Amino acid sequence: MNFTLTKEQEMVRTVMREFAENEVKPIAADIDETGRFPRENVEKMARYNMLGIPFPEELGGAGGDELAYAIAVEELSRVCGTTGVILSAHTSLGCWPIYKYGTEEQKQKYLIPLAKGEKLGAFALTEPNAGTDAAGQQTIAVEDGDNYILNGSKIFITNGGQADVYIVFAMTDRTKGTRGISAFIVEKDTPGFTIGKIEEKMGIRASSTAELIFQNCVIPKENLLGELGKGFKIAMTTLDGGRIGIAAQALGIAQGALDETVQYLKERKQFGRSLSKFQGLQWMIADMATEIEAARMLVYRAAYNKANGLPYNKEAAMAKLFAANTAMNVTTKCVQLHGGYGYTKDYPVERMMRDAKITEIYEGTSQVQQMVIAGHLLR
Amino acid sequence: MKIIVCLKQVPDTNEVKIDPVKGTLIREGVPSIINPDDRNALEEALKIKDKCKDTVVTVVSMGPPQADVALKEALAIGADEAILLSDRAFAGSDTWATSTAIAGAIKNIGDYDIIFCGRQAIDGDTAQVGPQIAEHLGIPQITYVEELEILDGKVRAKRALEDGYFVVESEMPVLLTAIKELNEPRYPSIKGIYKAYRENKVTVWTANDYEVDRDNLGLDGSPTEVNKSFTPPGKASEVEMLNGDAKEAARQLVVRLKERKII
Repeated sequence: MNFTLTKEQEMVRTVMREFAENEVKPIAADIDETGRFPRENVEKMARYNMLGIPFPEELGGAGGDELAYAIAVEELSRVCGTTGVILSAHTSLGCWPIYKYGTEEQKQKYLIPLAKGEKLGAFALTEPNAGTDAAGQQTIAVEDGDNYILNGSKIFITNGGQADVYIVFAMTDRTKGTRGISAFIVEKDTPGFTIGKIEEKMGIRASSTAELIFQNCVIPKENLLGELGKGFKIAMTTLDGGRIGIAAQALGIAQGALDETVQYLKERKQFGRSLSKFQGLQWMIADMATEIEAARMLVYRAAYNKANGLPYNKEAAMAKLFAANTAMNVTTKCVQLHGGYGYTKDYPVERMMRDAKITEIYEGTSQVQQMVIAGHLLR
Repeated sequence: MKIIVCLKQVPDTNEVKIDPVKGTLIREGVPSIINPDDRNALEEALKIKDKCKDTVVTVVSMGPPQADVALKEALAIGADEAILLSDRAFAGSDTWATSTAIAGAIKNIGDYDIIFCGRQAIDGDTAQVGPQIAEHLGIPQITYVEELEILDGKVRAKRALEDGYFVVESEMPVLLTAIKELNEPRYPSIKGIYKAYRENKVTVWTANDYEVDRDNLGLDGSPTEVNKSFTPPGKASEVEMLNGDAKEAARQLVVRLKERKII
């Protein structure tokens, strides 16, 4: 068993750490406060091929790998959960389904500009009445000559309103249940496609979370992604990979909170000595560091499996379940260790605790991950 | 244009701790980075390449085999090729021996218009290697460059001094040392990282691979002797209290500021 990152992955971490510290961290508190989408971060990431890390160079990517991509999300999330999820949703949910299921023409037209970062991607599965029960799609796509006519709405779409290309799921045959769902590539500014409500959220506040509305939206047939009726499978396999991204985000948030807290404990003095000298607090730090390292192993293992063509459905579910739980647990404790200061916006752990919560919810709640894992064991 | 950038791999001094007994740097477990001023030197070379596409940027470093990482990083940032001078014969070099080794390598490369160095390395802070290379090669040098213009066959550089600046022109070839004010260094791109390792354009030269005066290499070829390393006591800051009423104190303040040419 080899626990060493490759030299390339090591350098990706170094670069992502430096980039995150210099470019992302300085604005993290401000964009959290205002909820402003950090377009400049997207542009800077594009400049350094960070928006297409695991895709081959000939398809606009960086020619990197899944683990390097997970490390990138981790390092961004260490200072800013918002920027972490922008990258994760774009790469895993926006680009990957086209890479995996797209035709050559679709890859040329959509994946290349996405992976180059000239365009931003998003994934639209969730509906008001189809959350965890994603099969209950009410958006419909009706065949009409050379087109499909899309009607319905999506909610909670990450990068919604900011993205240029959306992977949208819709029922093409109601009688067939999950086999009646199909996936489409929809460009922004397609007539009949509008952005509705932008959510006000507890955390990842500068990430755009939007409602998408389709009213007689005409999608050319060549934008059907994968086979007709295979949309549900596309959605589920895409989410398997997406979970690695979110697990990496959770891992990064936890690591960021711990790093802030270690610093704080060394500086803060009470009873005439720094907090780091109190054994009760040392034990908390030790437990958190251990939990984070365990999460890291699960996340990297899932990413490694995906990179190497090994099964990763269960591994990704375990990684996300554990890392999200770790993020929530660690950030809550880190606020506690900061005392009253931790509850204020003067210290980043307050934001990190709010950012952590979503990792237990999106791209499959923790309960869904448990269902996936149990499904592997009990089938 | 042909540009050579000299860079050094150094311990990240932000992460360095001092051994309280010996007074020396504890280097174990400290990450290595490209010396910050050298990143500025490389950036300036790449800015020239951005404008003038047929520019070739070659980075040169002297160091142990592990310094390969710093050169791979330079390639990932955008350099075209890299040469690592690595040999037991170079070990223990002071600035004289280092500049001898590097200048010899540059002579062996032969064709160049500009040599960029960082002003100084954060681990030694001597600021000597750049100027010494220029002297070995017998070419002009402009140190502390904070602004650079490439003219027809010439460079015009703004040299930063403590309380002013010089604008200096020089023919090429010329050696320039960069300070951090010169530019904002770019990061390695992710694509560049994978490409750097895939193509592996780092060539290793030992002391036998090119013509160099072996008597001036390594510890034996270094005139410098380190007698003692210690942390100097901190400088006490000077505070002067201006007495008298507000008007008198303000008048005195104006005098002090004028004396220091601040106003």
